[in-house]
Amino acid sequence: MSGNVGTLQVKTTTTDGAPVVNVHGEVDMQSSPRLRLLLLESAAKLGGPLLIDLSGVSYMDSSGVGTMVYVKREVERRGRRLVLIGLQPRVRGVLEITHLDKFFTIVRSISEVAAS
Amino acid sequence: MNATAALQLELTSDPHELPRLRQRVGRWVAAQGWTEPQVGELVLAVDEAVTNIIRHGYDNQPRQRIMVCAEPIADPRAGEGLEIRVRDFGRQVDPAQIRGRDLDDVRPGGLGVHIMRAMTNTVEYHQAEGGGMLVIMRKFKSHTAGVGARVTERR
Repeated sequence: MSGNVGTLQVKTTTTDGAPVVNVHGEVDMQSSPRLRLLLLESAAKLGGPLLIDLSGVSYMDSSGVGTMVYVKREVERRGRRLVLIGLQPRVRGVLEITHLDKFFTIVRSISEVAAS
Repeated sequence: MNATAALQLELTSDPHELPRLRQRVGRWVAAQGWTEPQVGELVLAVDEAVTNIIRHGYDNQPRQRIMVCAEPIADPRAGEGLEIRVRDFGRQVDPAQIRGRDLDDVRPGGLGVHIMRAMTNTVEYHQAEGGGMLVIMRKFKSHTAGVGARVTERR
């Protein structure tokens, strides 16, 4: 088997004046190392809480979950917060099964970040 | 696609194989009449099994053989189901020693086994004849992990 079916894109936009890191694609063992690097780069460049919009992530396995745990720990070590926004039900379900839905701050939209 | 034919795939221990593996498994499972959430659950279980093999069975060494076979099964009590066998030729370990980490110990890694067990009815590990490990997962159509169904946003 060969071929490159999965892709991962990360870009930063501004919503309601706040920078948001938008992730699109599938997060697995192949894409997780790059995602970790890009999120840590974003955390270093952006101020305030690290807001990560995962509404474009259609698939996440344990490698992706581990990456998010690692990035959250790194961000918090620097005295910052990490907030996950707009999880698709399947991605949310993986976090629930691994009991990490309470570990992360998860909101449906950027408008809920202030109250989280 | 013949809906009753077994699925047989051979891949190598390269992470870039995973997206295509998921695509092939997903299409085949969907053709067997499983629901969309169950298709996703089976795809995730196979992905985790192969990821574990790459990471632990082959220590991230590329170009090593992995075989994935899936076929419909039937049980008098549980009804229609699917058996998926994932075979590698890497390090053998004692099946009794294979367990996920304590979920209260939050850290990266160690979640694949939990996810595989949650996505299926049974997961068995065997030391394969001739070396390597054989993972056998079974899921029946009455089983769903509920991934995607439990959407309860934290407010």
